[in-house]
Amino acid sequence: MKRLRTISGDIMIGVQMDLISEDKMSELTAMEKIRLILDGVKEGKILVLEKGLTPSEEAKLIEMTMIEISPDEFAGIEIESYPSKRNQKLLDRLFRKSVIRTRLTVIGPANQLKTLKKDRDLISALVSSQ
Amino acid sequence: MGLIKKVKKNFSSVWKGIFKKKVARIGIYGPPNAGKTTLANRIIRDWTGDAMGAVSEVPHETRRARRREGVTIESNGSKVTLDIVDTPGLATKIDFHEFMAHGMEEEEAKRRAKEATEGIIEAVKWLEDLDGVILVMDATEDPFTQVNVTVIGNMEARSLPLLIAANKIDLPESSPARIRSAFPQHPLVPVSALDGQNIDTLYEEIADHFG
Repeated sequence: MKRLRTISGDIMIGVQMDLISEDKMSELTAMEKIRLILDGVKEGKILVLEKGLTPSEEAKLIEMTMIEISPDEFAGIEIESYPSKRNQKLLDRLFRKSVIRTRLTVIGPANQLKTLKKDRDLISALVSSQ
Repeated sequence: MGLIKKVKKNFSSVWKGIFKKKVARIGIYGPPNAGKTTLANRIIRDWTGDAMGAVSEVPHETRRARRREGVTIESNGSKVTLDIVDTPGLATKIDFHEFMAHGMEEEEAKRRAKEATEGIIEAVKWLEDLDGVILVMDATEDPFTQVNVTVIGNMEARSLPLLIAANKIDLPESSPARIRSAFPQHPLVPVSALDGQNIDTLYEEIADHFG
């Protein structure tokens, strides 16, 4: 929980949520994306990525999260994304080439964001004020 | 057998002989406590007579990846030789308090947490060096976990084969159908690594899929 000033000048207490566009993320390298996510989450923010991460970026994020975990300070992240979709045309299939279409992803501190329910097209989460 | 058929068959086996890898390296992946090591132990025991590692109800019992080379599985006329890598359970969070809830002292819990984070890094690194994955899911749990989504996404992105073992079908609340409807694009075998239920079907799929 933080005291935050809104753009209308009000001071409010709550959890900051950043919704990051596909365009913003596409300007960043994989490492920059991961740094942006981990720095934000360690500050207690909930991040919603319009397009999510590629599978290899997700794996890298897990790896970097493990490096940064420390007892009593940072227990890791809660990350939820819809399963990615494959765009596979006949020609791509012949050459065993598939284009992965990543989808919306929610990331937050493990001790503040809890998934309630998730399926192919719905993520229901609880954000605590801890 | 006709001449053309014979030539075709010979050409096919020569082609396979040249281009097919003799040994496929297969990783056993999944979230903590899905039964990865129990399954690895069963496979290794059934085909070599040995065991792979210890199992426990405390999460993150396996904190180092273990590789067993040259495990040959024969089923339904198909034969495949695998290097099997049993990996630590993947997770995005490790809280040492969770281990204390299982009766560990704080110091021991913190040490286990540290080892678990290192094990997860190792498991992620192994993903780059595999020819295929057996993804073990606990059939009593919700299949849409981030770990499952990430492992499946990585295999799909690299067009590598993936076989889902819907484990713990010995438990009444298990639902392999829920996993099948979540990930219909991948072959799935309902199995109990603990009591061996349906294990022969898994071997058939392994021989067929990774052979």
